[in-house]
Amino acid sequence: MPRLDETTQNEKVTAEASAAEVDGAIGGLDALDAPTSGPQRSRARRISAALLPPIGAAVLFVVVWQAVWATAWLPEHQLPSPSTVFDVFWGLVETGQVWEFLWTSVHRAVIGFVIALGIATPLGLLLARVKLVRAAIGPLVSGLQSLPSVAWVPAAVIWFGLTDTTIYMVVLLGAVPSIANGLVAGIDQIPPILPRVGKVMGAGTLANARHILLPAALPGYLAGMKQGWAFSWRSLMAAELIASSPELGDGLGQFLHNGMSLFDMPMVITGILLILIVGVGIELVVFAPLEKVTLNARGLRKS
Amino acid sequence: MAVALEKPVETDVAVRLADLHKVFGTGRQAVVALDGIDLAVRPGEFVCLVGASGCGKTTLLNLIAGLEQPTSGKITLTTSRPAVMFQEHALMPWLTVQRNIELPLRLAGVGRAERAAKVEELLSLVRLEGTGRKRPHELSGGMRQRVALARSLASAIQGSADGKHALMLMDEPFSALDAITRDLLQAELLRVWRATGTAVVFVTHDVREAVRLGQRVVLLSSRPGRVVDQWDVDGLTGSDELAAVDTIAAKLREVISSHAAA
Repeated sequence: MPRLDETTQNEKVTAEASAAEVDGAIGGLDALDAPTSGPQRSRARRISAALLPPIGAAVLFVVVWQAVWATAWLPEHQLPSPSTVFDVFWGLVETGQVWEFLWTSVHRAVIGFVIALGIATPLGLLLARVKLVRAAIGPLVSGLQSLPSVAWVPAAVIWFGLTDTTIYMVVLLGAVPSIANGLVAGIDQIPPILPRVGKVMGAGTLANARHILLPAALPGYLAGMKQGWAFSWRSLMAAELIASSPELGDGLGQFLHNGMSLFDMPMVITGILLILIVGVGIELVVFAPLEKVTLNARGLRKS
Repeated sequence: MAVALEKPVETDVAVRLADLHKVFGTGRQAVVALDGIDLAVRPGEFVCLVGASGCGKTTLLNLIAGLEQPTSGKITLTTSRPAVMFQEHALMPWLTVQRNIELPLRLAGVGRAERAAKVEELLSLVRLEGTGRKRPHELSGGMRQRVALARSLASAIQGSADGKHALMLMDEPFSALDAITRDLLQAELLRVWRATGTAVVFVTHDVREAVRLGQRVVLLSSRPGRVVDQWDVDGLTGSDELAAVDTIAAKLREVISSHAAA
């Protein structure tokens, strides 16, 4: 065993480890300390784990529905059988009418959402970064979120009549507050050290917003966008349902409205199902992947 | 070494602080953080500031970095924009290691090819070759702090491209790391400092660390912060180094004890 005091003769060498020693030690430490990713499940198993539970739940729902229908507890015109509804649904698909309804409603919702995004983004930035703006209209913007946008329909009809403008107005009033609030929450959650780092690197106000604030706020912004989409879609349905007129074309809301006028329950249920499918579909196809990529890149989510 | 600074202009002072005062608040609630600090740092010099909590070490760094303005007094920098390294790594979690390191270069408008070349050099300087495409959350604490070091170096070197001296301000950069990692990173920092010739102002509350790293150790008193004493510790080894640590630690205890009496 080497005696410790021997090394004091050669203090220079022991005190400052040689470059090669440090090199090796640092490499070893990196290998030991770096977080390891857990074992990956196979692709097929991940997909089945994601798909099977919701499919099972849907099947169970239809089975219960069929069983309740079979007891004839409610009259047929109030509770039709699953197969009657499916026939109406399939009829729409076969005649191609369903695409007309979907196109009319979805393109309105998308246009409304994009306009809402364009208004809400600068509004959110102002609310988050300018104290006076936040003090003045912050409570109003948060409050608007709890006001059902269907409450705007009568006012919009009086202002703009039964036109597309009325519908977009209602969609905007539904979506803008959600998106703006999401962006504000995202910016509020940024650790203060990050903009400081930008400042010491010489970033001006604009460069700081572009390179640091906006990317750092992205998770909150995306959550706001997701909620904003849901609000656009449901506001649109409320508007179409109430402000229904021939000039406005046939959207899903009108289809539902017609079903009610005709006292046709299978048609009403089909309308509800279509609205649900679009809402869930856009969420799964557009927002879920965006959110996954954003959160994974930041290590905020175990995939 | 390619990362080394281009021939700097000869000036004998990189940073000069003259009668620097900083007061927070006004009236009866005013807190004097810094009270007449005089200090000069030579180009390429490694200066450690030591003091107990509340001695205004961080305030002093913020003033030099331009994050805050002094109440009175004068700061003269002959260097380029100082690079700052904080106790937290403060890396952007959404950027890869490579994009984090090149961020100061992007902000300065450096072209893509030149940025990539610089990042390669810096990554090998801090021994992180091959991690350029990883994200901060995939790295250990020590690796993250080395990425932060590389980013500060990128910032310092970018500024010194026009022949000015480089300056790095480090605010307890290793204090959140475990003892083994800290020991290795101190050796790394010394190597990188020698390779690049940048001046360093290093804030710490660890006297041993200050003596090991610095050429000069400056002791600050707390509330108000003043320069109490300074020691030349350049090249000390063995028993001389231990003696210096003892002397400075004793003085630090003396300064702290004076607060108990007050």
